Amino acid sequence: MIYSYYPGCSLHGSAKEYNHSTKAVCEKLGVELRELPDWICCGASSGHSLNKILEIVLPAQNLKIAEKIGHDLVVPCAACYNRLKVAKNELREKEEIRKQIKDLINFDFQNNIEILNLIELIKNRIGLETIRSKVVKPLKGLKVACYYGCLLVRPPTIMDFDNPEHPMSLDEIMRVIGAEPINWSFKTECCGGSLSLSRDDIVKSLVGNIIRMAEEAGAHIIVTLCPLCMENLDIRQPNYNFPILYLTELLALAFNLKESENFITKHIVNPLPVLESLELL
Amino acid sequence: MKNIGVFICHCGINIAGTVDVKRLAEEVTEFDDVKMAIDYVYMCSDPGQNLIKEKIKEQELNKVIIACCSPSLHEVTFRNTVQSVGLNPYQCEIANIREQCSWVHADKQKATQKAKEIIAAVIEKIKLNESLSPIKVPVIKRALIIGGGVSGIHAALSIAYNGYEVVLVEREASIGGHMAELSETYLTQECSPCLLSSKIVEVQNHPLITILTNSEIEELDGYVGNFKVKIKTKATFVDQEKCDGCGICVEKCPVSIPWQSEEISGKTRAIYIPYPQTIGNKAVIDKKICKYFTEGCTKCKEACPKNAINFKQTDKIREEAVGSIIVATGYSLYPKEKLGEYGYGRYKDVIDGLQFERLISVWGQQNREIRRPSDGKIPREVVFIQCVGSRDPEHGVPYCSKICCMYVAKHAKLYKQAVPEGQAYIFYIDVRAGGKGYDEFVQNAIEEDGLYYIRGKVSKIFQENGKIIVWGVDTLAGRQIEIAADLVVLATAIIPSKGAKELANKLKISSDEYGFFSEVHPKLRPVESPTPGIYLAGCAQAPRDIPESVSHALGAASKVAGLFSEDLLSHEPIVVWVDEDLCKACGICVEVCPYKAREIDKWKKIAKVIEVLCQGCGACVTACPNSATQQRNLTSKQVFNMIDAAISIK
Repeated sequence: MIYSYYPGCSLHGSAKEYNHSTKAVCEKLGVELRELPDWICCGASSGHSLNKILEIVLPAQNLKIAEKIGHDLVVPCAACYNRLKVAKNELREKEEIRKQIKDLINFDFQNNIEILNLIELIKNRIGLETIRSKVVKPLKGLKVACYYGCLLVRPPTIMDFDNPEHPMSLDEIMRVIGAEPINWSFKTECCGGSLSLSRDDIVKSLVGNIIRMAEEAGAHIIVTLCPLCMENLDIRQPNYNFPILYLTELLALAFNLKESENFITKHIVNPLPVLESLELL
Repeated sequence: MKNIGVFICHCGINIAGTVDVKRLAEEVTEFDDVKMAIDYVYMCSDPGQNLIKEKIKEQELNKVIIACCSPSLHEVTFRNTVQSVGLNPYQCEIANIREQCSWVHADKQKATQKAKEIIAAVIEKIKLNESLSPIKVPVIKRALIIGGGVSGIHAALSIAYNGYEVVLVEREASIGGHMAELSETYLTQECSPCLLSSKIVEVQNHPLITILTNSEIEELDGYVGNFKVKIKTKATFVDQEKCDGCGICVEKCPVSIPWQSEEISGKTRAIYIPYPQTIGNKAVIDKKICKYFTEGCTKCKEACPKNAINFKQTDKIREEAVGSIIVATGYSLYPKEKLGEYGYGRYKDVIDGLQFERLISVWGQQNREIRRPSDGKIPREVVFIQCVGSRDPEHGVPYCSKICCMYVAKHAKLYKQAVPEGQAYIFYIDVRAGGKGYDEFVQNAIEEDGLYYIRGKVSKIFQENGKIIVWGVDTLAGRQIEIAADLVVLATAIIPSKGAKELANKLKISSDEYGFFSEVHPKLRPVESPTPGIYLAGCAQAPRDIPESVSHALGAASKVAGLFSEDLLSHEPIVVWVDEDLCKACGICVEVCPYKAREIDKWKKIAKVIEVLCQGCGACVTACPNSATQQRNLTSKQVFNMIDAAISIK
């Protein structure tokens, strides 16, 4: 299986461990990820809130490259995934936008590729049974709070891959690798997003709520797919020491990949004590 | 022979401002078949109508054209006018020179010319008009009412007291509908089942009313005055003759239903006696959950002292002939699966309005004491949320469900009466308490019972430490609000009853995009469906509360009684007819007719017309390849003559 791969700025910077673990896991699963040549920023956070056309043209440029190559596009970052899906939707629905984009970047929208987040890639393309067959070390006893964040499932009409209020797809993947997804109410709560730079008081209170709820529900760790959520949850948790990991890092642990030590040690909150106490390392 | 009179109305300046009516009258007088033409300021006024009558007599006119406003306004007026002096009403035609001429043009010269062309065309039409009289059909003086809620019950009683037979069909095991599930009604706090039960008894005892419970409409045929309907009665597996309602079987049944489920009142087991308060209690079995059908359990059969249980019973189909139908199928609530952000369906202590009614109802299991579903604790803080799903085009339905503002105030009031030290919070968008005494009721609840109204919406509900946490916004204070509640009651949107769309198809009546049945006119014909003889009552047409449903139902009943007051029904004679020599029975007209008014006559080998169903739409006329079908007073010859006249007049 060959897919185009859009890492986005985060996976080349603050979320390197996400990039590494995604590549390692995909290699193990026989999925070849080919990074898009000359990809640019998707414009998430600041671009799309300031300029209506920049909002489309930035992701559209990446879409243009991906359409030319022709493979479906895998996007691990929830924010990039959201921007690309929104842009694709606008291009599909609006004649006027198509024309504008054609004028700006000479892109003839073909609608010939799918945009996939990692849950979609794993559940719908690779299949849960394949995942199960690759598990060497089931994450037995690990209670996981699946945190989807706000961007992955909303707006529901455009993202359209799971229930926007009570998503379950990540929980299913967790169950397959032997972990125990806990039932909690903050799966899609906002982490504060880019307010971490301007109003960290707000972010701290939001992150505090999320971590408190996960802890009360009995979780050992929180699992996420979004680098921005990771950053806020990992760095800005007030008075907690609650480990946060990416989906792919847990998969790598379950597959017992030796590269694991290269990335799970990169977090601010050290996940090793919890994992050691459950004998998962 | 010159025998046509043309009467040109000024309509004040509505016509005369743009059309030169004096010149028009002079020029029209010159037309070949016109005996006279005259203008007048308001033709529809008494002096105007008198002028028409005088001229008909004086000039011995036998065809009359009124050049005025749209025929939908005054055609009937003027046809009555000419009829009063002995002319056939179908020898009076309207030339619309207002909506189709003066109102839409500015140039007086050209408008006058166009008015002249319109009149010239109508002259060609009227020259070939036949004198017609209304089609008469016999009427079966028997009504069918679909739905036995408060609307259906009141319609049935009203028709029966007018002396006509009624067949009342109810899908559930007992009549009563949602009103029988309510605790107390708002304004006066009367016991709702008690109010209704006297009416239920009245219906059950009325000699002219036949009640068919567990029954649904299978098929409908026929037309106003002569409907044929097939009704399916589902098996109850209890011999209704033998059963005396002792209730022993209910005690023995091993399948219990949680009280807060969305079942009708009294349904606690797989075998149950619906609405225990009504007379003639009989047990019924719900096949879907009964263990006989899965595991062969026969506990009720063994226990029944009357040997009334019969698992071999089958569904029965019966046919009824009726003259008119009232659709009173009521409502249901917005599906809880769609309310993920409120955790409805996931948290036991998040309930809807009907569940709350049961919680506080004398028929609920907890007898006037309010105890929450999860652990039976008395809730100290209760949050009521209005407009859940309503007025929410993104997420739910865009319309207002209308009754929630009132029943939420009632709920909160009843709660405070049961738990005086408790606190009730109400999230609202705005309070719509239009109605006699309604706003006073809400104000009184706020002031006397100390309800806490918060203007804003709730964004999220979740469980934490046994509490239901409600996140919302107070838009008046401009602040976020968090309430740790013990119980949350959602005023969910009112949507049409399950199966409303399928019923609309069977009855061939139209419904709006949400499934509420459509009335003919929103202001002036609110109880009639577009199909003659089928009327609407209560929430089947739109959300409404009990008094409005009763008024609506009585309105529908009076339409039925009006229909039944004559032995023969009149039908507009502008229908199609078939030239039997030209018709080849190809059947194209049968396919295109939206009213099922065309049918192949196997013996004569022609496509005949069922005149009483024909609405004169003309679809079959244009579809007929042989021109065998023609419409009365609008034949192809007339239409072509009209076109010729309109384009040739100078």
